[in-house]
Amino acid sequence: MPLELICPAGNLMSLKAAIDNGADAVYMGFRDNTNARAFPGLNFDDAQAAEGLRYAHERGRRVLLALNTYPQPDSWARWTHAVDRAAKLGMDAVILADAGLMRYAVKNHPQLRLHLSVQGSATSYEAINFYREHYGIRRAVLPRVLSLPQVENVVKHTEAEIELFGFGGLCVMVEGRCLLSSYCTGESPNSAGVCSPAKAVQWKETPSGLESRLNGVLLDRYGKDEKAGYPTLCKGRFEVAGETYYAIEEPTSLNTLDLLPEMLAMGIAAIKIEGRQRSPAYVAQVTKVWRAAIDAVKKNAAGFKPTQAWQAELNKLSEGQSHTLGAYHRPWK
Amino acid sequence: MLNLAVPNVLGALIGRLPTLPPSLAFSLLANRVLWPALKELDYAPLIGRRYAIRVKDLGLVLRFTVTPRGFAPDSGAPALVISASARDFLLLISRREDPDTLFFSRRLVSEGDTELGLVVKNLLDALDPGSLLRRLPAPLAHAARRLIAV
Repeated sequence: MPLELICPAGNLMSLKAAIDNGADAVYMGFRDNTNARAFPGLNFDDAQAAEGLRYAHERGRRVLLALNTYPQPDSWARWTHAVDRAAKLGMDAVILADAGLMRYAVKNHPQLRLHLSVQGSATSYEAINFYREHYGIRRAVLPRVLSLPQVENVVKHTEAEIELFGFGGLCVMVEGRCLLSSYCTGESPNSAGVCSPAKAVQWKETPSGLESRLNGVLLDRYGKDEKAGYPTLCKGRFEVAGETYYAIEEPTSLNTLDLLPEMLAMGIAAIKIEGRQRSPAYVAQVTKVWRAAIDAVKKNAAGFKPTQAWQAELNKLSEGQSHTLGAYHRPWK
Repeated sequence: MLNLAVPNVLGALIGRLPTLPPSLAFSLLANRVLWPALKELDYAPLIGRRYAIRVKDLGLVLRFTVTPRGFAPDSGAPALVISASARDFLLLISRREDPDTLFFSRRLVSEGDTELGLVVKNLLDALDPGSLLRRLPAPLAHAARRLIAV
């Protein structure tokens, strides 16, 4: 079935919101740094995960577990234990980035379905086929750096299902290889599970605006009516050669509703919605729009046009000032 | 429609609050409604910290702490201050707005310990609104149901 809708679940309420509003599958993480949304108070313990699986399976939906950070030598057992827990709980798939962990999963839980995480940073069909040949991965989540023709080329040359990001916050998109935050905090998302550890983040209202700091480093100062963004280094405004601007990346959200007909035609298996850190209200609202859009494009791809109501709803929920088609759309190519 | 409907319900809610200092009234209500639900979650990081909720348009500040036995008024310097309008707090409580959405649009301001703020946000997100409603005193539950149904 093409264009499955994969929605984020930071907790049980979000999981239920996603399922109730039409997600085909949800993805979640355990309550530690084995996943890339390791925020305090977020994610699932085993009992909550079991309850989420029950809720989803009773309704014919699936649950995927993100185990997409890179194990460290001194805590390797935490990650392998997480794979064991996933298998025992009956997860429908685990989303992995680390080849060592894939090897462990294949050897110890051959029945467990493996997806290659976006954190695996595989952008070519050669890389994806390597993971498929060696570890039998069934699906790959593509990094958000390829244009649609490049995505199509990947799809044509691999047996692995391809999952694309459809909506949500964007970053500098060197997923799995970004060390930017570690320059400020000593922690990178690849091993610690977050770009900006909450303990290092400070927000302060000042006479000149709302300031965000990461371990003391000023990331941004928002004027009175400016929309704020996540406090990450890549989305900060910095003074470079006498000019203050988004020197690395402008905070913006990906929204690919317009591209659904092309994605359907090229055989994209699944669309992923970003945002396990967001609330059940966000999950419900985004899932509802995307369910309606995917149903509409499957019914009539030629006549598909996103409604203004869908776009307005998604705009309201987005980070940053604007929406973009990201790298998928490169008119100069 | 929303702009008009919510403050009306808010007025009804406030009108039904007991005539106690607001921070004490809040703590009593939170102990009845929130505390049993929080105890089923990982609430330990909340203990021993001081909080302030600032309802900007009403000029109302609720100051409290969380002890191992529940919520209690506390006027000491808060570790976390959360500010928004009455309407936006109600939109949040009724799950009709996402806290990040309100934060990005500057309608919700969180100051102080960011990590504690995230713990609070994630714990509130994890609560089941249905089970909270069942613990509300009948008149408040009625008002809250009307609010959520608006």
